[in-house]
Amino acid sequence: MRNWSTQKEALALRRYAGQRYACGKSVALDDLPQFLEAVLRPGDRVCLEGDNQKQADILAKALANLDPGKIHDLHMVQSGVVLPEHLDVFEKGVAKRLDFSYSGPQSTRIARMLSGGKIELGAVHTYLELFARYFIDLTPQVALIAAVSADRDGNLYTGPNTEDTPTVVEATSFKSGMVVAQVAEIVDKVPRVDIPGDLVHFVVDAKKPFYVEPLFTRDPGAITETQILTAMLAIKGLYAPYGVRRLNHGIGFNTAAIELLLPTYGEKLGLKGKICTHFALNPHPTLIPAIEAGWVEQIHSFGSEVGMDDYLSARSDIFFTGPDGSLRSNRAYCQVAGLYACDMFIGSTLQIDLQGHSSTVTTNRIAGFGGAPNMGSDSRGRRHPSEPWLKAGADADPNAAAGLRRGRKLVVQIGETFGEKNVPLFVEQLDALELADKLDLDLAPVMIYGDDVSHIITEDGIANLLLCRDNDEREQAIRGVAGYTDVGRARDRKMVERLRARGVIRRPEDLGIDPLDADRRMLAARSIKDLMLASGGLYQPPSQFRNW
Amino acid sequence: MEKLSFTMKPSTPATGTRARAIVGVVASGNLEVLLERNLPANICIIDIATAARGFAAVWEAVIEDFVTRRPAGGLHISINDGGARPDMVSLRLAQGVRLIEELEA
Repeated sequence: MRNWSTQKEALALRRYAGQRYACGKSVALDDLPQFLEAVLRPGDRVCLEGDNQKQADILAKALANLDPGKIHDLHMVQSGVVLPEHLDVFEKGVAKRLDFSYSGPQSTRIARMLSGGKIELGAVHTYLELFARYFIDLTPQVALIAAVSADRDGNLYTGPNTEDTPTVVEATSFKSGMVVAQVAEIVDKVPRVDIPGDLVHFVVDAKKPFYVEPLFTRDPGAITETQILTAMLAIKGLYAPYGVRRLNHGIGFNTAAIELLLPTYGEKLGLKGKICTHFALNPHPTLIPAIEAGWVEQIHSFGSEVGMDDYLSARSDIFFTGPDGSLRSNRAYCQVAGLYACDMFIGSTLQIDLQGHSSTVTTNRIAGFGGAPNMGSDSRGRRHPSEPWLKAGADADPNAAAGLRRGRKLVVQIGETFGEKNVPLFVEQLDALELADKLDLDLAPVMIYGDDVSHIITEDGIANLLLCRDNDEREQAIRGVAGYTDVGRARDRKMVERLRARGVIRRPEDLGIDPLDADRRMLAARSIKDLMLASGGLYQPPSQFRNW
Repeated sequence: MEKLSFTMKPSTPATGTRARAIVGVVASGNLEVLLERNLPANICIIDIATAARGFAAVWEAVIEDFVTRRPAGGLHISINDGGARPDMVSLRLAQGVRLIEELEA
């Protein structure tokens, strides 16, 4: 007769092996290497918690120092490949296969290791997609997670940076996997229970907080006049006419400029209360002036942001907070919110091709996607109407019967025509294709597919791709806002003028915007210090952003 | 360092009476633009010293658009470029033309 409980029995064996190094659920930091060797098995599917923000850094370091003679061929299933140790495990042969979402700071090394055959790549996912696979075919056997504190029973307080933890624990623990948490301290009573103790098998007192990257902090001092111009175009030419109230902003200086123009330029245009009232958004410090000026009603967050915790606690009408007062973030829920309950995603990218496909992958860098492909996609499962969604749907298909016409999400790519070191944003062919060829991937790593992109904004104007009726129009609309790049200079000028006459392309002057008005004095805060002052001293900028 | 020079026939002469104006700074990613009103009203000469080589075609396109869109006749414009992007170049040129229209402060 078949044994239907092999996974529970395997877990019991792992727990028994680990117990040798534990007192109750508590494992001493010094015993961590032997403990991990005792509970892990070669070939295990392991989630080492880490995303674009918080990191289970102590567990990562210990894992990277294991003896590959004992523990090898691990299959890592994790959101972020961010710390050097995340790749050291592959370098050393402890791990072999990788499924992930985001690799910001390790993007160059991961590209090198993939082409060197050190890593067997499953796929590059969006966050929500990887989480989904945790419940279907990539369920971890062991999860190594990070929390702020634990009590003796293993109840965990994850603090403002809850992020992926509930999702990882849900998938692992309820499928008979083992959950090991690193915490900064063990306390008698946790401030709030983010993860119930009966789902957590072992706790390591790391004696220091887990690492968090201040990824969403943009210094207003570095915002350029061109970025201000693109922000003015976005507010007046997109947010206002569509009446966009529910949205997500990506990371980047263009969207930071939009946030800082709301209380000044947006106010002047009479848009308060009409746009930008509800966000799925990390707590961007650059949104503080707009929040303080009463623009924003509600924000749900994927994670927290370094230095923002006191401000968030003091603004519980706006943010989601627990009974303890601190922020509760949740990446999976916020990604779902962005997919189904937001009418717009706006963000930057590194390359856009003639069909509007965009990618942050270049031949030497695989940055992964994070949440952008999810936030920046039109959900075909959506059924509730809203003004911007219906209007965008009508733009795309004016002749369809209104009652049967799908709405469309506004998916906007914003940027300057030339990026760092004069590298053009617009290209004939994405580097992602060459990379896919080189690495023999089935799919090129495209961040946002062209058919999901509704608008492209540059200093040259706004291209409304929803209004394009064929591929030629689409290509010329894109060339038409590509400025002085090769792609832009190769435009068909007559066709671009015809598209402009139809409102497919709108130049600054078509919107009554003088580029000379794009002045840094329009920013509601012009430095990190201004942001701190706007928060009434509640925002405590991390040291690398302090110059006073 | 690359040196470029363009002699253009702008559609409109610069307005105002100010003799010279200067905008921007020489810095990485930025540029300094000196405008002097000392040419016939139907001519505009633009001399460029740039740190970035190989962008002559881009400069030409930027300058063509500039003299079409902005009143630049009669101006001798000298540019010291620190590798600025074209959007920054267009902006500084437009700022320069606006400044030379204004009365001296």
